[in-house]
Amino acid sequence: MRHLIDLLARRVFFLSAALSVLILLGIFGMLFFNGIRTFAEVSPGQFFFNSHWNPSAYGEPSYGILAMIVSTFLVTLGAMCIAVPLGIGAAAYLSEVASGNFRLYLKSAIELLAAIPSVAVGFIGIVLTGPLLARIFGLNNGLTALNGAVLLAIMSLPTIITIAEDAIRSVPDHFKEGSYALGANKWTTLLRVTLPAATSGIIAAVILGMGRAIGETMTVLMATGNATAMPNGFFDPVRTMTATIAIELGEVPYNTTHYYSLFAVGAVLFIISLGINLLAEYIAARYRYKS
Amino acid sequence: MKHILFLLAAMTILCYASCDRAHPNVENVIIKGSDTEVNLALALAEHYMEKDEDISIAVTGGGSGAGIAALINGKTGLANSSRSMRTEEIRLANTRNVQPMASVFAMDGLAIIVHPDLPVSALTVQQVGAIYRGEIENWRGVGGPDMPISLYGRQSNSGTFVYFRDSVLRGEYARNLKQMNGTAQMVEGMKTDRAGIAYVGVGYVVQKDGQTMPGIKILPISAGEGLPAVAPTDLANIIDGSYPIVRPLFQYTNGRPNGKLRDFMLFCLSEVGQQIVTESGYYPVSKRYQAQNEQVLNFSYADATSY
Repeated sequence: MRHLIDLLARRVFFLSAALSVLILLGIFGMLFFNGIRTFAEVSPGQFFFNSHWNPSAYGEPSYGILAMIVSTFLVTLGAMCIAVPLGIGAAAYLSEVASGNFRLYLKSAIELLAAIPSVAVGFIGIVLTGPLLARIFGLNNGLTALNGAVLLAIMSLPTIITIAEDAIRSVPDHFKEGSYALGANKWTTLLRVTLPAATSGIIAAVILGMGRAIGETMTVLMATGNATAMPNGFFDPVRTMTATIAIELGEVPYNTTHYYSLFAVGAVLFIISLGINLLAEYIAARYRYKS
Repeated sequence: MKHILFLLAAMTILCYASCDRAHPNVENVIIKGSDTEVNLALALAEHYMEKDEDISIAVTGGGSGAGIAALINGKTGLANSSRSMRTEEIRLANTRNVQPMASVFAMDGLAIIVHPDLPVSALTVQQVGAIYRGEIENWRGVGGPDMPISLYGRQSNSGTFVYFRDSVLRGEYARNLKQMNGTAQMVEGMKTDRAGIAYVGVGYVVQKDGQTMPGIKILPISAGEGLPAVAPTDLANIIDGSYPIVRPLFQYTNGRPNGKLRDFMLFCLSEVGQQIVTESGYYPVSKRYQAQNEQVLNFSYADATSY
């Protein structure tokens, strides 16, 4: 009997594990096989290197995704510029300076930040940060790449802080003790010993935060103005890959080039975030062996 | 416990049965489509359901495209759309044995709005088109101050986006068009953006007392160079056709409507129905589309004053 339960449990757990892998493969297959049909009508060169996206055009439709790839990276990198110093600072404070109960409260507050629905963050972008940024920088309208970057920074902070804190915390004590023994103070020790020792973990944290930002849809859709033109900088409105799919898939006639091209955009996005996650895994694994 | 459950179940069944007996022929009608029209359709449906208890009308939005897709897929009996169906949509419908027929139950004027401080007093419809196509990029080009124009429009899944492109632009939108999530966001934009221009349904920016919403300016528009520029806020300008940006709001059915659905659609066109249309900020059906309605709904405006 015991044997049977054991066997059964093992099977059930194997199936649940296998199911996620199957779902992953299924999603990729669906994106890929629908997406590839775009290229029956659009050349890959046109698709990847043309910056003009206008599938439901008045005249000739065009299917260039370069502007939205640039937009996606613009918003994401902007978010990282804001979130990385903040996130590492917060992680260092949490693991090295804050103590006892206060640390616990702070940590749960940061984790709660991840629980805010993205649509609520987008709403804040429309009514609060957008107008605020417009006033600060003297813009006509605050719905720009910068606004998206600020909001995505907020959304990726919990990921970055939690993982970076783990990394800093797992730096062995004798590293720090050695530093103190040599007469270094706390600040020098943190900056010269602890953070460098945790580098790969922190990089993994940043990359995962980036993955979080790149796939975010609702917030950027609501708060970045959605202009399809190639952006010239952070003060231009942008339309990211995620926003394009979300806006257009609802109404596209099925089994048309436009329909397939949205899957192709999805596949490109999938490959980008898969790459990011693999990179993070690789770096995190390296750091585990080291310590 | 078991007894109570049984009792509850029995009561539920009884209730359903008795409800059925009171209205043996309740017909369910689902209306789906344009977000522009959803409030109007709801007002009409509520009014009609008060009169006729044998019909149950459910109205949902989702956008013109969603309504049309639902009609094609047989998921709705009536699709509201603020644009006409595209040729490929009609072709797709025909392959699924759906024959879309369009009637028009109201007209919608689109107002061109700007910041109240913008010193531009009127535009021609051609100028509006050139601005949105990106050919005029500075307010200087239309006699205004030296400021780059900041363009606001709806997202590409909006019927208004498509109508404006096909009827006013007759070409592609400039690529730096900001695609807003909805009318409210465009109006908010105009309140702060001194160089902005946006198009919104007249009903949205005119208050019940006929005054323009505070914080924005509605530009009078002329149909062409030399013609008088008129404001869409005055009903007379819409009815006599002198305001150039007016679009029909369609009701699409599968084939000629009959039964309760037809009764409801006739109600929409009746005097009471058109009164509701006007009160909701839209305009009565113009002569040109009245003829189309008579043909689709198989009736005559002349002898249909009673319902």
